[in-house]
Amino acid sequence: MRFVDEYRDADRARALSAEIARLCDPGREYKFMEVCGGHTHTIYKHGIEDLLPDNVTLVHGPGCPVCVIPMGRVDDAIHIARRPGVLMTSFGDMMRVPGSDGSFFDSNAEGTSIRMVYSPLDALKLARQDPEQHVVFMAIGFETTAPSTAMTLLRAEAEGVENFSVFGNHVTIIPAIKAILDSPDLRLDGFLGPGHVSTVIGCRPYEFIPRDYGKPLVVSGFEPLDILQSIYLLLRQLAEGRAEVENQYTRVVPWQGNTTALRAIAETMELRPYFEWRGLGFISHSALRLRERFAPFDAEKRFDLPGLRVADPKACQCGEVLKGVLKPWECKVFGTACTPETPIGTCMVSPEGACAAYYNFGRFNRRRVREVSGA
Amino acid sequence: MCLAIPGEVVEVLPDRADLAKVVVSGVRRNINISLLAEDPPAPGEWVLIHVGFALSKVDETEARAVLEFLAGIGQSYSDELDAFEDSHID
Ligand code: SF4
Repeated sequence: MRFVDEYRDADRARALSAEIARLCDPGREYKFMEVCGGHTHTIYKHGIEDLLPDNVTLVHGPGCPVCVIPMGRVDDAIHIARRPGVLMTSFGDMMRVPGSDGSFFDSNAEGTSIRMVYSPLDALKLARQDPEQHVVFMAIGFETTAPSTAMTLLRAEAEGVENFSVFGNHVTIIPAIKAILDSPDLRLDGFLGPGHVSTVIGCRPYEFIPRDYGKPLVVSGFEPLDILQSIYLLLRQLAEGRAEVENQYTRVVPWQGNTTALRAIAETMELRPYFEWRGLGFISHSALRLRERFAPFDAEKRFDLPGLRVADPKACQCGEVLKGVLKPWECKVFGTACTPETPIGTCMVSPEGACAAYYNFGRFNRRRVREVSGA
Repeated sequence: MCLAIPGEVVEVLPDRADLAKVVVSGVRRNINISLLAEDPPAPGEWVLIHVGFALSKVDETEARAVLEFLAGIGQSYSDELDAFEDSHID
């Protein structure tokens, strides 16, 4: 219990850790996937695994929106940015994501203007301020972020802003979870459900997981105690032979989600037939594109995009990391050729990416520490 | 960008029901509150903010706990605050 004193309520952390140990069947291995990169961050930062019995393993999921953007989309964005009179904008986390010919930062060094913005509304404002320039917002993110893009589109339409468009890359979490459940590589015992995505979509969309796959899911908050409590709730379900969707994060997540946000997404965007996820390949109905009504604001329609599929670098094992098949340190280039300063794969770029979280906090896998130290 | 940060609503703009002024760690900026149109936040209430939009209301105890947690995660929170400071939504 080395790290327990860092917890806001160390007594509660100790009590939960003891409860977790009590619920575990020592003859069984438990594998839980935390879907969201925010959880991965907390788990490494606070050494959550140190508070768990050895037969409980946490597996990192695909829920880092920057990590799942394929190289081809970065290339497409740079292609748009190279057009004269275009100002490309996106969130800060996108700036270092490698495309096949470098990142946004590299591209700016060669003369494009790609700027980071805090909000899509800031991008819209840039368009309003300079009508001579065409401002494109590269939209990324799961359902947490999609409503903001939707509201910005509605605003741009209402104001008739003509020099603004959106390069849409929003992905949806449910098909990714389903792809992982259907993949033969991994046997999971349950999920920690993403907190902020669930404020938008609510808890109902997860109900197929217990129903069709017989596995529990607990929507979890981001603090160490939230995660411990969610693991406890998962183990309690398994011990009692139940599989249900539970909501640990009721202080923020309403069961029905945010209907205003869902309506705004539905009004402006529709499902794409398929979309490529870095490392996971093409997943059907897993991303959003702008509806026909918003064609004037759709960068994919306004600009001719090469839309090439670019294979990930050979050394990169992000796909395995995103599917939870490999732990970050098991990738051959982890920490050597691939570091946050010189990322080869996306999981090393965003602080929510499993590789970056692991690299930054450097807490070693328990078993590995023992192997290395011979204990 | 993945972080949702808590801010205290200090003013709802009189002529713009979709905008509110919030204070996040001492920085005062506009955010859009139209995602909470069914139950708009009033001054003194706390909201979780994600890329310039209030995503949900939280109570003050929760907000302070989240702030304390975010302060502990270091770099990604300070990057988020820098981005927030650069924001000028209107
Ligand atoms: S270490 Fe780098 S290349 Fe390997 S999986 Fe992680 S991000 Fe990808």
